Amino acid sequence: MIEFKLPSLGADMDEGRLVEWKVKPGDPVKRGDVVAVVDTSKAAVDVEIWQEGIVQSLLVQPGETVPVGTVLALLSGEGEAAVVPAPAPSPARRPVSPLARKRARELGVDIERIEGTGPSGSVTEQDVARAAEASAPVDRQAQMRQAIAAAMSRSKREIPHYYLGETIPLATAAAWLTACNAERPVAERLLMAALQLKAVALACREFPDMNGFWRDGAYVASSAIHPGVAISLRSGGLIAPAIHDAADKPLGTLMRDLTDLVRRARSGSLRSSELSEPTITVTNLGDQGVESVFGVIYPPQVALVGFGRIAERPWAENGSLSIRPTVSASLSADHRVSDGHRGALFLADIRELLQHPERL
Amino acid sequence: MDRDQIRTAVLACLKTIAPELEEAEIRADRPLRDQVDLDSMDWLNFLVALHQRLGVDIPESDYGKLSTWDAILAYLEAKLAA
Repeated sequence: MIEFKLPSLGADMDEGRLVEWKVKPGDPVKRGDVVAVVDTSKAAVDVEIWQEGIVQSLLVQPGETVPVGTVLALLSGEGEAAVVPAPAPSPARRPVSPLARKRARELGVDIERIEGTGPSGSVTEQDVARAAEASAPVDRQAQMRQAIAAAMSRSKREIPHYYLGETIPLATAAAWLTACNAERPVAERLLMAALQLKAVALACREFPDMNGFWRDGAYVASSAIHPGVAISLRSGGLIAPAIHDAADKPLGTLMRDLTDLVRRARSGSLRSSELSEPTITVTNLGDQGVESVFGVIYPPQVALVGFGRIAERPWAENGSLSIRPTVSASLSADHRVSDGHRGALFLADIRELLQHPERL
Repeated sequence: MDRDQIRTAVLACLKTIAPELEEAEIRADRPLRDQVDLDSMDWLNFLVALHQRLGVDIPESDYGKLSTWDAILAYLEAKLAA
């Protein structure tokens, strides 16, 4: 029997509330199928399954909050006898105390959906109060602030950060982007953010010590490159879901994926793999006008690249002064895994990649 | 399409990005992106929405003409009249 457990969707997630099942007993599932919607402190997330099988039983009901790792459902795998779910028994009439019924009416709770804990499964006033509390609206902003506080405090407590900064000339990239966008319909235009993201992803290929996880006292480089993109939410807070295999994607595809990810992050329809799999974070605060950003690493990742505002600045080269668009790029990295020398080479690689936008 | 119809269309496009926005909050002569907190991605999505709704294609070279609410309405009015 296969156990489908509530996955951890980030360092800041300890528990989740099941909102909805997308499957029922008897349904076949395959890798990547969305089987449930779970509310975390940051967002409602479409949770995918990574095994194949037939759903046998659902062990957690919508509305329940359970810790990460809790078995949510059981599946039969290949070769296992599938148990055909028995038809649901006709609902037995459960005793409900008059006080509980009155309280349910006052609180607007459907008494038929409440599991009774009293004698013979009777529904008590306490059961009604618990059900009302569980269905109360969630203060998403407060929860998100707490989750960010927990993850960032852990990061600053556990990760010995070091920080590096580099000013990157962008004249070539900006000119290339302008020419490229002039030929594209508006819906297919590229943003500099896509070029920056691709450059970071490509640099990760050469610097695996920036792309991976610190777990159980050791570093494990990731063979996949899934940069998490820090996305601010209009209601406050932020979320950093992954763009999968960013180094392998052409810029047009990467831009489409980025647009889609931002839209879904802000509308609350991210998938669990996008939250659990970022291997490095990229943050861009240039639109907010800041010169540079030195970010806090999102554990268990070991590096974060930040970009500030793109602006025309004085630039000295070969003994002459000119005005060029530049951007300040920064690296926050984990000193347990890499040193400043490696970090500097990593940033230099990002700079070099951005000088050849046609190769991105 | 008259100015009021354009205004309604622009507001609808903007609300797809910033649903919390009320027209009364917009200072028509101030930079729109700062007021509504539109980043580059929001701005591009706004232009895509305008294109889909009004059929107007706005080249990057014209972005500088779209700094305020009033400027956007004037630009679209001229484009649609052309």
